[in-house]
Amino acid sequence: MEKGKGVMGSGRRWAVDFSDNSTAPSSRDIPDPLGFNRASVDQDDSTVSRQKKDAESNWKAQKAWEVAQAPFKNLLMMGFMMWMAGNTVHLFSIGITFSALWQPISALQGVGKVFEPYKDSKVELLGPKLLFIALNLGGLALGVWKLNTLGLLPTHASDWVSSLPPAQEVEYSGGGIPL
Amino acid sequence: MAIRSFFVPFLLFGLYFYSSLSPVLSLYEDQVGLMDWHQQYIGKVKQAVFSTQKTGRRRVIVSTEENVIASLDLRHGEIFWRHLLGSDDVIDGIDIGLGKYVITLSSGGSILRSWNLPDGQMVWESYLQGPKHSKSFLLVPTNLKIEKDSVIVVFSNGRLHAVSCIDGEVLWKKDFEAESFEVQQVIKPPGSDLIYVVGFAASSQFEMYQINGRNGELLKHESTTFSSGFLGEVSLVSSETVVALDSTGSILLTISFQNGEISFQQTPISNLYEHFSGPAIIIPSSVPGIFAIKTNAITIFIRVIGEGMLEVAEKTNHETAISDSLPLSEGQQAFALIQHAGSEIHLAVKLAHDWDGNLLKESIKMNQQRGLVHKVFINNYIRTDKSHGFRVLIVMEDHSLLLLQQGTIVWSREDGLASIIDVTTSELPVERDGVSVAKVEHNLFEWLKGHMLKLKGTLMLASPEDVALIQSMRLKSSEKSKMTRDHNGFRKLLIVLTRAGKLFALHTGDGHIVWSHLLRSLHKSEPCQSPIGLNLYQWQVPHHHAMDENPSVLVVSRCGPSSDAPGVLSFIDTYTGNELSSLSLAHAVAQVIPLPYTDSTEQRLHLLIDSDKHAHLYPKTSEALSIFKREFSNIYWYSVEGHNGIIKGHALKYECTGKVADEFCFDTRELWSVVFPSESEKIIATVTRKLNEVVHTQAKVIADQDVMYKYISKNLLFVVTVAPKGCGEIGSVTPEESWLVAYLIDTVTGRILHRVTHHGAQGPVHAVFSENWVVYHYFNLRAHRYELSVIELYDQSRADNKDVWKLVLGKHNLTSPISLFSRPEVITKSQSYFFTHSVKAIAVTSTAKGITSKQLLIGTIGDQVLALDKRFLDPRRSVNPTQAEKEEGIIPLTDSLPIIPQSYVTHALRVEGLRGIITVPAKLESTTLVFAHGVDLFFTQLAPSRTYDSLTEDFNYALLLITIVALVAAIFVTWRLSERKELQEKWR
Repeated sequence: MEKGKGVMGSGRRWAVDFSDNSTAPSSRDIPDPLGFNRASVDQDDSTVSRQKKDAESNWKAQKAWEVAQAPFKNLLMMGFMMWMAGNTVHLFSIGITFSALWQPISALQGVGKVFEPYKDSKVELLGPKLLFIALNLGGLALGVWKLNTLGLLPTHASDWVSSLPPAQEVEYSGGGIPL
Repeated sequence: MAIRSFFVPFLLFGLYFYSSLSPVLSLYEDQVGLMDWHQQYIGKVKQAVFSTQKTGRRRVIVSTEENVIASLDLRHGEIFWRHLLGSDDVIDGIDIGLGKYVITLSSGGSILRSWNLPDGQMVWESYLQGPKHSKSFLLVPTNLKIEKDSVIVVFSNGRLHAVSCIDGEVLWKKDFEAESFEVQQVIKPPGSDLIYVVGFAASSQFEMYQINGRNGELLKHESTTFSSGFLGEVSLVSSETVVALDSTGSILLTISFQNGEISFQQTPISNLYEHFSGPAIIIPSSVPGIFAIKTNAITIFIRVIGEGMLEVAEKTNHETAISDSLPLSEGQQAFALIQHAGSEIHLAVKLAHDWDGNLLKESIKMNQQRGLVHKVFINNYIRTDKSHGFRVLIVMEDHSLLLLQQGTIVWSREDGLASIIDVTTSELPVERDGVSVAKVEHNLFEWLKGHMLKLKGTLMLASPEDVALIQSMRLKSSEKSKMTRDHNGFRKLLIVLTRAGKLFALHTGDGHIVWSHLLRSLHKSEPCQSPIGLNLYQWQVPHHHAMDENPSVLVVSRCGPSSDAPGVLSFIDTYTGNELSSLSLAHAVAQVIPLPYTDSTEQRLHLLIDSDKHAHLYPKTSEALSIFKREFSNIYWYSVEGHNGIIKGHALKYECTGKVADEFCFDTRELWSVVFPSESEKIIATVTRKLNEVVHTQAKVIADQDVMYKYISKNLLFVVTVAPKGCGEIGSVTPEESWLVAYLIDTVTGRILHRVTHHGAQGPVHAVFSENWVVYHYFNLRAHRYELSVIELYDQSRADNKDVWKLVLGKHNLTSPISLFSRPEVITKSQSYFFTHSVKAIAVTSTAKGITSKQLLIGTIGDQVLALDKRFLDPRRSVNPTQAEKEEGIIPLTDSLPIIPQSYVTHALRVEGLRGIITVPAKLESTTLVFAHGVDLFFTQLAPSRTYDSLTEDFNYALLLITIVALVAAIFVTWRLSERKELQEKWR
């Protein structure tokens, strides 16, 4: 997921542009080197760009699937941490449980943003998105399960009766040993 | 991360386990006296002996009706030392021997002890036996010596003993075995070695024995018959003359036995006082030449002149008290006489042979709430001009002790508080303008100084002197003795009723007396001869819609000791101590039942049951009657008849029969009775739950989130019976002959819910009942140890309510009102444990909402109060609890209950003669107020689960403050830094 975030970082100040934009002579005001025939290159221009676009969309689709699978690793990691934390309620286990609950929720909130860099008319993003959501829901379920094993979910009768006041008695009786 | 996660649970579990195993309540040395106070008393003084030697401190030795021997400072009335003898070791006499030993005779004259005067250490103890029971006398003659040994003469149990003052060895003894001989006086005339023993035999014979004080040889025995018999006591008027009354109480007999010859002189009282009617009584005194008789309301002082001639010295209808004689120099004897006149008392000191002249005459203004003077003790001192000065110790009707000197009260002690009968509490007024009476800090400088000191203390910069100053400031904080209600409910009034019939209001903050009131209705009066205060009830506790009313308490008393004597009710305003009204009832008061209903002015309805089993409703208002009529069919009452072993349940019927129409009187009918077989069981203890106890929940969550439903009923009675043989002392029966049966009885239906027999167990039984459990203490004859047992009740019929959805949606009937006539399915769990101490009283902590866990407060034989967590008395304890049970807080089962020295509530103090422990909830849920009373009083605050809802006294405010300041500073600094950095970024 960190990788995805790196790509879509917004506040960048400089960038290395690896795509070759030599095909756009208007943007370049320096003369072509000697012996270089621009006309011969221009002939293949359309085929080259199509190839490039295909490669890019392939790459995007691949990346999207990668991003969608990222929560799985997280899930395993969380599971391990929960196992380590034990089943007693204390600071550490609560911290882990709540981070296990919070991470999927925040990830689910930002589903659109995560996949924004891979948005393309040719790239089918529904599959990765669904996988991403499913995995995060799995993480959420794990968190809830952990919460329950810690006894923090009101799923027992005891959670609902522990503050029930005693029943009123209709009759009243007093007395004792005569004074 | 992995390592941490492995360790943290272990660490936390360890910490948790540690804290769960040692519920230590201990407090630090500097916390003593912050929340607790302790007051020492001695009780009503019976006898006082002054010790005013030139060397050493001036003191008075007193013996009291609470069986205390004490040495008091004559300057301030403080206790130098004090010993409380057992309740069956009643003090008969005290005196000072050789100027350095206090001699006490106790236990009906069978134990003679000598105590070191300066420090109260016991020097020796002698056990004196005799052939038969008799009056006992203690004489410490100054001039009787046997082989250079000073002698104490003791007459007790029909035998005259001469005991060495040095080591308590009996030097000689002489029996008086004559069947009917009743000793009246033992006289040791000064200046001779003779001892006279005079008494009555066969009710009409006067006997005189003359004994040689050196060897106990009987020198002479004379007897004379006086046909009309004798009445009451004799008064000694000289060393060889006594005065007695004949059996009709109308003829005075002057009996003189000079030189062993008995001579009678009869004087009808009507000769001395023409309006005489009815029998007279002799006021015991020992002033030479003078005695006093009392007839109707008139006291007559009579002088003996010459050979048995009598002459009236003075007649008075004021209440009077007379002291014993005090030898002055050159054979003169002085005595003190106190007469009441309005709000003053007149003190006169006279010489015995000179009635008309006064050595001293003073008038002292006396607080009306102290009542009459009951006893006077006189002592003299030599003034700088070689004349005699007198100081007088007086004991008042309210049992207080006062020292009078030079016309003023030098000091006074409220010793009535040593005999408390009943205690209740009252709230203080709400703080309003003009209501508060507490002083604010004197001025700004003092205030600043105080806070500077405190700051120094928290920053650990204070010198030892500063620390002492801070400590005294903490102890004397005006905050805790304010006369208004506080937010936490720590400040309350303790209303106590003493045996003297006086009501005191003590402030819980520092124990000072806010007001005291000698009940007018407990004064002797024409219709009510010997009134006795019985109990205190909260009559009116305004809290919701009657805030303007003052709260009041009800004092129930009775005219005379018999159970069918008419009752008296008094209503006392707890803010002022004024008696609002008092009612002399036409009926007796056998039982008082506070009902769970109040009227619109928050007056609680009370049902008084008389000896004919009629029920009377109070207050007698139509509103109360209408409330009562509404609940009429649901009100029951029960009576425990201890003497014949029957518990009876009754219901109410309309209107009293065979009486004047009284709509507040109701007939009752018997519903059920539980009869214990008299040959095998005898009731020795009954306990019920406290009426005002609050229970938070009916469910008990046990391990694995399982639920048990408590059986909580206000109408449960815990009864303990023992085998009739086993009623005596511990060890008087064999284990086979003794058993103890505990019952839990529903007092509405008479159903026995539980019954358990302890074979080989014996009383006395002390028990406490709270929520759904009862804990009781008894002696196990087989194990030769005391045991504590616990019984917990659970409601099996509710156990099926475990469907979460029903509970979530509220589709259950767990909180709907229940009738006790529907058969409950009760299961019990019980367990027993050995307990080291024998117990004087057991109580349980009570809190405002009943959420806080409970502690048992056990008054031990050492007069201390031990707090024992209820978790130690949990019948679910087992030897090897499972992991889940351990987490629940169940302690592994041990055979005996641990006594942790730090959990003594009374820390280093002792509540001498402990009789009762009262717990009152504070407003703060975690805290309960504990008041223990006996001869001493002790009050403290307890937090059984620690103060989880407020910061403790030792909370580090300085650290908190420093942290906050540091954080604010850090925020400010980082904000500035980030601003600067951003600016630099922008410039780049």
